[in-house]
Amino acid sequence: MRPILMKGHERPLTFLKYNRDGDLLFSCAKDHTPTVWFADNGERLGTYRGHNGAVWCCDVSRDSTRLITGSADQSAKLWDVQTGTQLFTFNFDSPARAVDFSVGDKLAVITTDPFMGLTSAIHVKRIASDPADQVGESVLVLKGPQGRINRAVWGPLNKTIISAGEDAVVRIWDTETGKLLQENDKDIGHKKTITSLAKSTDGSHFLTGSLDKSAKLWDSRSLTLIKTYVTERPVNAVAMSPLLNHVVLGGGQDASAVTTTDHRAGKFEAKFYDKVLQEEIGGVKGHFGPINALAFNPDGKSFSSGGEDGYVRLHHFDPDYFKIPSI
Amino acid sequence: MTQKPRWGELEEEDDGGDYDYLLPPKQVIGPDEHGLKKIIEYKFNDEGNRVKITTTTRVRKLANARLSKRAVERRSWPKFGDAVQEDVGARLTMVSTEEIIFERPRAPGTKAEDANASGDPLAQMSKGGAVLMVCRTCGKKGDHWTSKCPYKDLAQPTETFSENPNPSDSSATGATKGAYVPPTMRAGAVRTTAGADMRRRNDENSVRVNNLSEDTREPDLLELFRPFGNVSRVYVAMDQKTGMSRGFGFVNFVRREEGERAIAKLNGYGYDNLILSVEWAAPRAN
Repeated sequence: MRPILMKGHERPLTFLKYNRDGDLLFSCAKDHTPTVWFADNGERLGTYRGHNGAVWCCDVSRDSTRLITGSADQSAKLWDVQTGTQLFTFNFDSPARAVDFSVGDKLAVITTDPFMGLTSAIHVKRIASDPADQVGESVLVLKGPQGRINRAVWGPLNKTIISAGEDAVVRIWDTETGKLLQENDKDIGHKKTITSLAKSTDGSHFLTGSLDKSAKLWDSRSLTLIKTYVTERPVNAVAMSPLLNHVVLGGGQDASAVTTTDHRAGKFEAKFYDKVLQEEIGGVKGHFGPINALAFNPDGKSFSSGGEDGYVRLHHFDPDYFKIPSI
Repeated sequence: MTQKPRWGELEEEDDGGDYDYLLPPKQVIGPDEHGLKKIIEYKFNDEGNRVKITTTTRVRKLANARLSKRAVERRSWPKFGDAVQEDVGARLTMVSTEEIIFERPRAPGTKAEDANASGDPLAQMSKGGAVLMVCRTCGKKGDHWTSKCPYKDLAQPTETFSENPNPSDSSATGATKGAYVPPTMRAGAVRTTAGADMRRRNDENSVRVNNLSEDTREPDLLELFRPFGNVSRVYVAMDQKTGMSRGFGFVNFVRREEGERAIAKLNGYGYDNLILSVEWAAPRAN
């Protein structure tokens, strides 16, 4: 396959997200402008100007009208997807990290980093259907985990929030009471910072990637460990194919060590694993730095990766890919 | 099927040899509601027969089939933000000049093959320790079959000489066309002299191979001659001082017919970029 290279960002990519129809691809980077691209040919549709710091995460509503972004400028912003205008800004006292719309797009979860004596926190915000009615108050604030919370997503039926971060623990919180429901077993859990978390299409299970060079598949309700995928390099990004039983892990060695090693030694490739057998089935090379972001098109026929090198690479699979035998 | 008309029977044409006007015109049927399109063409094949070619293709509009109505609408959205005034030379989106392959840790299909092999009794035996799988092209044991050899294209096709059957008469008598056969070896003389006690054991049914490449060693020679029969001895002459091959060797067969067959086949055979000359070894002068 010949990937499409999108060079819209001047700094390392941080996050990639497809909309539900799979025709738009949103990219976040450490430069201040999230960008939207057409997911078939990679043409740039627009940028969302207004943040004043690195943008760490974004989410798009199911109907592809609203975009929410979390940024290091201590804010999370709501955007109109079509015009790129800011609709609302949630201000915090510390950098915002992960954002996620709930099922139904009525709520959003935003995590904030520990900063100037403040601990990290998970905020739940109500999202008004009319932006004029939008208020900044949090419905719920969850505190407790040490260190950054790199990802927070909604669990099944919006009853829970699943969070993971620097303390390498996956937690499930009750969204009604704000109580911590579950923590993963220390013995089976990750040993180092969890960098990424990806839900399956139906939300029944999710995948976490960690700097301990592994990715783990968990059940969303019981938090039981289903599978572990072991790789050779720290995992920065994970994605699950919605079509086949494949998981993709992206990573590579630490960005600070990139200049001292050959790009081949860095293993900056997206590695495909069989979801069930936990076997490596393939790799896609191309980035000149670690992969920071991965996303699968909802149709499962293409995926994109964003790297420390500032490029988004959009891969439409060759027919051969779909012939890979699986159980 | 109609025979292509002979040129003499045709009226003179400027574009001589082109009989396409004799063929019915190309027909295109469809695409129908399932997107099936049929193209019927006629042409002359190499033997001058008229053939009808029907090509059925399915026409699909991929882009539209995949996109929802909302997505099609989004396609026409005006650009915004920094994308509005994009210079043509910016080239933000490029198609990679490099072909990126989906790299498999194992060669594609090997896994499926393993699954097949597990049901194969031969493979079972090879797993049990006995190495039956010996590649005749590269000599590797237990790795792959000859037909699957990765060096298949590089090697000489070893099957060729066992495949095309030689006229049995000529090989039996040892009188191959063109190759010189000493009088003592000729058809009539063979019977009387072959069993002569004068010969040493080593000279029995001994075939001399000339023009071997320097890299050829005894196992290679054995490999080459084994298809013709039971080989009792192989010898490649080495230079005592340099340790290099002197470019010739001897192969002894258990039976004379086998040697004859080998000579008939391998004399003039290209081996390692050299043309071999194979003949009966001259009895030692003593």
